[in-house]
Amino acid sequence: MRRDLLNEILDLKARGEPAALVTNLATGAQDIVTATRTASKLDLSITDLAAARQALTDNRSGEIEAAGQRLFVHVHNPAARLMIVGAVHISQSLAPMAMLAGYQVIVIDPRRSFASAERFPGIELHHDWPDEALEVLRPDGRSAIVTLTHDPKLDDPALTFALRSPAFYIGALGSKKTHAARLARLQAEGFSEADCARIHGPAGLDIGAKSPAEIAISVMAQLTAALHHRPTR
Amino acid sequence: MTADQDILTIAADWKNQGLDVAIATVTSTWGSSPRPAGSQLVVDGQGRMMGSVSGGCIEGAVVKEALDVMQDGKPRLLDFGITNEQAWEVGLACGGKLQVYVERLD
Repeated sequence: MRRDLLNEILDLKARGEPAALVTNLATGAQDIVTATRTASKLDLSITDLAAARQALTDNRSGEIEAAGQRLFVHVHNPAARLMIVGAVHISQSLAPMAMLAGYQVIVIDPRRSFASAERFPGIELHHDWPDEALEVLRPDGRSAIVTLTHDPKLDDPALTFALRSPAFYIGALGSKKTHAARLARLQAEGFSEADCARIHGPAGLDIGAKSPAEIAISVMAQLTAALHHRPTR
Repeated sequence: MTADQDILTIAADWKNQGLDVAIATVTSTWGSSPRPAGSQLVVDGQGRMMGSVSGGCIEGAVVKEALDVMQDGKPRLLDFGITNEQAWEVGLACGGKLQVYVERLD
């Protein structure tokens, strides 16, 4: 691989732009495909280019069937994002776990004593009200949103925003009773039962988690299942 | 930052330090291969490695090939798996099959 191609891939990733490095496995020739770039050095057929772009959409690296040549498409999509609402004790475990699993992690909490750099070293912090922060962050189909504050003043605006977004996972911490009350409030705001069914509540797999770190593991496991389209309820 | 992004960043860092660098990438898998296509291992001229292309079954053999690729600059597509006669030495214990593309970072 040429150094300039590697730098371009790293730049595109840093800018959050999906990109694929396409390699002709017979010749070693390489170039980049994005929404606007066509790997012109490889002289791809229209079909091959479409297949490479489909791989980008599917976020799946692999060989594509090309006439007479073997092409490997290596997808370098921006990391999936996890937006955690509530800079609470569980978040202090969940944030680094999600980073290890490859997520870009953002913690949102207007309470600065909670969302402090000391409590969340190296984590991106937002001190706006959750719905305002989410408006800036623009969650997409590779974003997950988890509310952990237990406080409807903070959780509800976040969930209201989340339900109007294409986020692949929405989770809300709280007992079954708390969750039922939450759903009633959201339905009173006009969300349907089907909308509300998108919320995993109480968030996390039922693994008997007790400590903040254990609860973070249960949420992380459910999030992983959702990312890979494995229903857990 | 994702694990795979980490690998490319490490490759760039090592190259910046003036080291020889090769990158190994899983291109195809069959059966129960432990790491999916796109998984990467970066190797330097001393055989130091980061990342993975399997569960630890074939990394040793890939590093050996990577050192050769650093010398002659010719990329290689390697086969690993139970149907390969190499398998008796460096095959996948789990019975999977995979191909790994090894290239020099120029």
